[in-house]
Amino acid sequence: MSAIPSPRRPGPRARAGAAGGTGGRRPPGRQLARFRPLLWLGPAIALIAVVVIWPIVAMIQTSFRHITPLGIDIGSAGGSNFSAIFGNPNLPGILVRTVIWVATVVAITMVISFGLAQLYNQRFPGRRLTRWAIIAPWAASVMMTALIFRWMLKTDSGVIYLFLHEIGLIGSFTASSPDWLGNPDIAMACMISVAVFVSLPFTTYVLLAGLQSIPGELYEAARVDGASHWYAYRHITLPLLRPAFAVATVINLMNVFNSFPIIWEMTRGGPGYETSTSTVFMYDLKGTFVGQAAAMSIVNFALVVVIIVVFLRVNGWNRAEGS
Amino acid sequence: MAAPTLTTGASTGKAAGAARGARARRGPARLPSVKTAVITLVAYVVAVLFLLPYLEMLITSVRPQRELFDRDYLPHHFAWSNLTNMWGSAYGILSSVRVSLEIAGGSTVLVLLVALPAAYYTSRHRFRGRGAFLLLVLATQMLQPTALIVGIYKEFLSFGLLNINPVWSLILVNAGFNLAFAIWILNAYIGSIPYELEEAAMVDGHGRVGALMRVTVPLALPGIVTALIFTFISAWNEFISALALTTSSDDFPLTVRLDSFIGQYTVDWQHLFGASLVATIPVFILFALIEGRVVGGLTAGSIK
Repeated sequence: MSAIPSPRRPGPRARAGAAGGTGGRRPPGRQLARFRPLLWLGPAIALIAVVVIWPIVAMIQTSFRHITPLGIDIGSAGGSNFSAIFGNPNLPGILVRTVIWVATVVAITMVISFGLAQLYNQRFPGRRLTRWAIIAPWAASVMMTALIFRWMLKTDSGVIYLFLHEIGLIGSFTASSPDWLGNPDIAMACMISVAVFVSLPFTTYVLLAGLQSIPGELYEAARVDGASHWYAYRHITLPLLRPAFAVATVINLMNVFNSFPIIWEMTRGGPGYETSTSTVFMYDLKGTFVGQAAAMSIVNFALVVVIIVVFLRVNGWNRAEGS
Repeated sequence: MAAPTLTTGASTGKAAGAARGARARRGPARLPSVKTAVITLVAYVVAVLFLLPYLEMLITSVRPQRELFDRDYLPHHFAWSNLTNMWGSAYGILSSVRVSLEIAGGSTVLVLLVALPAAYYTSRHRFRGRGAFLLLVLATQMLQPTALIVGIYKEFLSFGLLNINPVWSLILVNAGFNLAFAIWILNAYIGSIPYELEEAAMVDGHGRVGALMRVTVPLALPGIVTALIFTFISAWNEFISALALTTSSDDFPLTVRLDSFIGQYTVDWQHLFGASLVATIPVFILFALIEGRVVGGLTAGSIK
């Protein structure tokens, strides 16, 4: 199936063309008709140009400019913004952390969602209600969800800490317990959990849609042939779920790579840059060295383009266009 | 084709369910199996776990100042007055709700005006550049404001739009990044409406646009509503461009306002979460209305 919806039937113009192009009320010739799509698509193209294309151009330009922290452009910087970025002693740690962040969040999300999708695909009383409940983190603003977790994780009064203390996982619970979010390792673990939490609803829904699109007749046929449940699961469910799984993985890769509010609200990327991913690092640079922030954006952007290309592949774009 | 595929999926699911139901009815009436009971239990526990953080949001919003840092799950007293006090002008929450409504409302209207013609035309016609246009839309969908934030910031700085009113810039940005979703959803819905219906309206003397407004738009209404609600919610929740493009606290939408609470010496946690709750509850309800149709727009119909 193509990613691009195809027209249901040839449009009226196509048919008019087949009939010799004589029909229709409008006399203007073919030259004008060629620009007709622009009338309908123009606004969309203009919006994409302003909001996507122009910023990309602005970003590339800025990355070669020398701009002071006060925002004054004092001329070309050549490649110095890039060399400043790559010479930054924090960068290796940030890149490694970014890979760990993206890989762990996406992997854990996919595994849990795979279970949740099968759970909510079962029939049980109140299925609709429970499915509404799990969309909560998807509907809510991620920055607000991050803030409530920051509050719940407080080591002097937070309910998560209180709960872990009550079930005996944490010994002492006083106002002077060391702050979790101040410890880079614990903070990363906490933020990864929050990122998984907010990614689960979307992923679960994509996998659910995948499960529900598997025709029931296939299972009937397998049953008639005497196949076991496990056999049907391995040879029908898993292979047919693969496209949904792939799409969900790639969209999650993109979302998690670009995730900013969770880290920003929970640690601001600190202490130092010790909980920053490349996205948070880029935003932090924007406050002082816009040129370097632009250079970092280009690096991030290159990674994003790689993910997009993978996405288009997964979507079978080439097949769709080839036909 | 997102919507039709999804509908097929849902109907086969229903059919299978009905078949199973029929089988169950044929047998003697009995208690639900242990398996169903376990599944139900686990599903409810998971659902509650998903809601707990938002319940804590509610509880904290009505904690009295004195009990804010108490080590307990529930306060001894509930200070419901927090939920009225927080609208005081000192907190700026009310003005931020207004700004958020302007941004979300403006981008929703803009998305509809821009996406509807594009979705209609690409759904009904084949023309040169159609593939290229849809590829552009698909690529747009995969980009996020975060990836382009420095460019967006520099662009609107050079336009001078930031000095005029950042709300206009934010309407453009939010409309742009939700355009793809709206186009996919509308495209699928329009594609599922038989063209004969429009032709009939045109034969009756309505023009192309008349037929569009009288036939296509009403029939595609579920798709239009989905696109509108989805755009509204994501613009309402959007954080990074609002953070980058607003400087004066008069222009802060709600997300940026709450972020500014965090930087202060004493954080007004109860008001912060009171405002979060006000921002979140309407969004839950709106999202629940379109829940079943969102996936089709987000995955561009690539799921079979």
